[in-house]
Amino acid sequence: MMDELDRALVRATQAGLPLVPGPYEVLGREVGIPAGEVIARLQRMLETGVIRRIGAVPNHYAIGYTANGMSVWDVDEARIDQLGEQVGGLDFVTHCYRRPRRLPGWPYNLFAMVHGSSREEVLAKVEAIRALLGDACRGSDVLFSTRILKKTGLRLG
Amino acid sequence: MPELDDIDRRIIDRLQGGFPLCERPYAAAAESLGLEEGELIARLQSLLENKVLTRFGPMFQVERMGGAFVLAAMAVPEADWERVLAAVNALPAVAHNYRREHDFNMWFVLATETPAGIDAAVAAIEAATGLPVYAFPKEREYFVEMKLEARQ
Repeated sequence: MMDELDRALVRATQAGLPLVPGPYEVLGREVGIPAGEVIARLQRMLETGVIRRIGAVPNHYAIGYTANGMSVWDVDEARIDQLGEQVGGLDFVTHCYRRPRRLPGWPYNLFAMVHGSSREEVLAKVEAIRALLGDACRGSDVLFSTRILKKTGLRLG
Repeated sequence: MPELDDIDRRIIDRLQGGFPLCERPYAAAAESLGLEEGELIARLQSLLENKVLTRFGPMFQVERMGGAFVLAAMAVPEADWERVLAAVNALPAVAHNYRREHDFNMWFVLATETPAGIDAAVAAIEAATGLPVYAFPKEREYFVEMKLEARQ
């Protein structure tokens, strides 16, 4: 479980790590603990999965992935978990989730995010997903993103 | 779009995770990249300023902290776009927001400290915009690994 100091560290790092030679020391001064304890707490949060990883979060448009398609699929309930794992295992899928349908307008229950340098590349990859789903899929769509409107990550109050 | 050189690409490709937890982490990371500590810090600074990186630091998994992370969508009329966008983005709970080509043309992620915070955020957006918000909570996560190699 996280305690108040862990939460203070989350708040202190959610905008990013200090860009100075001793960033954990700076964070420690901010929350009132030594650098070694900051490191131990971050290590534990990594082990428990509170932190997925520590590093650079690229703007994928800026690194050449100008096409980003959210592919959505209406997949047979009986087979979605097995197929979802397979779609998630494709090397070009960065996120893959089962989500609720919103009928009547939204019949899709499998979401798989695909990134590429062009729409053509993304659509070719979407076809590979379609082939994998086969007759378990009753319908699909691809929602291309046209603008990042906000990207700040988590903000604790 | 800012031009990236080989060193920038190396930093982006190799530092998307595994940043060291030690006294001088930039020095340790720089060494593994064949750079000096000061050069790595300066490069990261400029990649952030040029918005090639949106952040440099820990990526949190909100659910493991007792919080919630939910994808939601709205169908925003074009004529009302700027007003709705300002109202949605003003909420701290809105972590990411993307415009997409569909009747559901605004897709955002709500990140809150408690699951109840999601309902409150949805209600706040609906009250501020007068439009319905469709939440798509994940029922199952099959894969998440947002690491992409720099191509440019």
